[in-house]
Amino acid sequence: MTEHVDRSEPEAAAPASAVVTPADAADAARLVSFGLQPRLQPARDQEYADLLRRYREDPPFARLADAVATGLGLIVLEVSPRAGMAVTAAEDSVFAVRMGEYARRTSADSGDRFLHGLAHLAVAAMAFPRPEDLADDGYIGRVSVNGVDAFVRQACRRLEERAEQQGENTDPATDAPGLEAAWRIWARRSAAGATKDARRLAGSTTGIVGKAVAFLTDSGFLQRTGDDSGGTYRTTARYQLQVRDMAGSAALAELLELGVVPVTDGRPTLLPPEESDALELVADAGLPFHS
Amino acid sequence: MTSPASTDRVPPQLSAGPRPAPGPAADEGLARRLRALACTAPIHDLDARKANLAGEYSVYGMAEIALAAIDLVTLNMDFDTGADHDQIVARLIPRIAAQAPGRQAEEHERVARWVLENLINVGSVDRGFRAVYGTFTPDGTYVRRDYDFKLIEEVPGYGGTVYLRTTDEAVNVLVGALDTDVTSAQIAAEVKLEVLVRRGRLADAQLAAEQARYRTVQYSETLRRALEATRRNVRAVDWLNAVPDMIAEALDHVADRYRHENAILTNIRRARDEIEDAENKRRAAELVDIVKDCIRRHTQLQARLLEAGPLFRAEQDRQAFATPMTSSGTDLYGHLVAPLLPLPLEQAVRVTDAFFARGTGLRTPASVRVGDLVDLLLTPPVERENLGAEMPEPDLIATPDDSRFSEEQLAAARELLDLPADAPRRLSGLLAEARGRDPELPYLVALLAVHAASPAVGTAYRQGEEKLLFAVDDGTELDDPEFGGADLIVGMAMLDAAGMAADRTEAA
Repeated sequence: MTEHVDRSEPEAAAPASAVVTPADAADAARLVSFGLQPRLQPARDQEYADLLRRYREDPPFARLADAVATGLGLIVLEVSPRAGMAVTAAEDSVFAVRMGEYARRTSADSGDRFLHGLAHLAVAAMAFPRPEDLADDGYIGRVSVNGVDAFVRQACRRLEERAEQQGENTDPATDAPGLEAAWRIWARRSAAGATKDARRLAGSTTGIVGKAVAFLTDSGFLQRTGDDSGGTYRTTARYQLQVRDMAGSAALAELLELGVVPVTDGRPTLLPPEESDALELVADAGLPFHS
Repeated sequence: MTSPASTDRVPPQLSAGPRPAPGPAADEGLARRLRALACTAPIHDLDARKANLAGEYSVYGMAEIALAAIDLVTLNMDFDTGADHDQIVARLIPRIAAQAPGRQAEEHERVARWVLENLINVGSVDRGFRAVYGTFTPDGTYVRRDYDFKLIEEVPGYGGTVYLRTTDEAVNVLVGALDTDVTSAQIAAEVKLEVLVRRGRLADAQLAAEQARYRTVQYSETLRRALEATRRNVRAVDWLNAVPDMIAEALDHVADRYRHENAILTNIRRARDEIEDAENKRRAAELVDIVKDCIRRHTQLQARLLEAGPLFRAEQDRQAFATPMTSSGTDLYGHLVAPLLPLPLEQAVRVTDAFFARGTGLRTPASVRVGDLVDLLLTPPVERENLGAEMPEPDLIATPDDSRFSEEQLAAARELLDLPADAPRRLSGLLAEARGRDPELPYLVALLAVHAASPAVGTAYRQGEEKLLFAVDDGTELDDPEFGGADLIVGMAMLDAAGMAADRTEAA
């Protein structure tokens, strides 16, 4: 156990702590180690809460903790009583999650790889349906496994209908599976499947979403709230930070690199952009009124 | 499964001769027919593959069973869920049994399950079918394409169960050319039905009625999808025009059909009662059932329609009237999901990979020290104790003595009842004597006397007792200030203990 400096007088201690002591470094590392246990809640652990307070009140200590995290290959998202020491893995860190380890089939089958990735994206989109939900620190999103699947299917269905209206043949060329439209991969996969042991069929889309939410729950990003519609979950502050500051922007950057520029005028719309020609929403009306 | 075609690319035929298809426009009709044809392939395939099954299954008409299964699933699809797997199997069995009455019931069930599993195509990861067909692109290149379809799909139901639903493709295979406007097709079918019933052509009428029912199911399905989308996202559904129009249309439709079908029902009932021919009578009775089912489905649809408005308002409150925020962030759906889905797979997967890599958080890698590992591997397994853990000494608490009668009272009562074998006494006398000794004693005496009315002869015999207390009711009424009932004669019977002991040894 490390020796704690007296935190009752941080102001008095601050001028003296210009020199970093080994005890300070140990405390900083301890705080980071708390951050590495994402399901641990600061409110439940006195030591964690004390270190968090010290981080906020003692800037040299904060810099020290940040340095420890960076050295370990972690990115500090936020340090606050609600989220704790919210750290996440940098891209090449030992703490990073790799798709091949997450689901074995994905290394061989790019279709499966896409489905697992899309499941994570869809869970986030369902948890934070509007931009302000993602921006509002107090917002708690709720998702269910079947709800996420239905939501993606609905989006796929609209694309299918649109393609049909335009007389487009979306069936992919046999020798170029990589050119198949992404929505077809999800639409093609069955939503559920009967198994001998009454568990969810791992390869079905609800199975894939179920795996995603279970994994996110282990990451301290979701909390299970019930068993309805395949399992219901609510989001944690960490998940919001992770999606807002890391995943969303990274995926958007990748999309822009592909030359796809999603055009929006910043209004809170969930309407897919491709339908906006038919259903022009009045900006800021807050209602599905059309101009 | 349909057989995969070769993936060789045919070179473009730009100059040479008349082309088989002049362009994509003319090709489209061909492609549509090819796809329709492909949908029937899995059903033909069943009959082709039944020879490969272990056992003699050629007597079964697999295509017939398959179509019956699709029928059953379509008709059992409810508004919310689908058809139950086991129920479909159970309903298929009579038909299968009729095909091979000599076979065992287990085999019939196996065939039913085989057909159903093949219609779902359980073996493939997508649980669907794929057919390959070729088309010409606008620049004249011939391209082979994959057509993916399902006939029966599995959908998640309430509480983790899995239900079956028929796909649009399957309904098309079943009744053909259903991709027309649902409402108008429905009206056409109803009119046809009415005419047919009036003319007494019941066989045709039944076909039309069944078609009408398929269309009703399809109509509910369309509505169900719209309502589900609303629950998820009010803005994704056009609640200004499209949905209110659809609801109004559907309500009109329900009212109209309800009136219509009741009229038909009256017509058929009359036909059923007037028809002489037994076959036609049976058919009319079946028709009545079908039309009744249609009416039931319409009622269900109407109930949903009435819920639609409140559902929209509640969802709107939840989704649209929350406090507006000034800051704008990433619109995950609008910025990411929606633009991503139309992309080709190889591009889309880059975006989802980027999201996955940064959106899953962190995992602390499990690491083992070699020292720990050696210790762990060399530690002998803990030997289990034969006797288990030592039992803790029970902490006994003396329970207070709450018996009504004391040992002395029991002894006094026993003494009182220890009568000579030749002199039985009346209970009244015994009670009076007992009362003289102790006011509580009569109760104990009465209790023992009542027990003696059904003496434990068996116990006395086994234990080799010499005498046994007995009581007999001779009809005299008991005259006592405290007790009522029969004035029993209480006596002592002498038992032949020696003889009984001899009997016991013999018996043993």
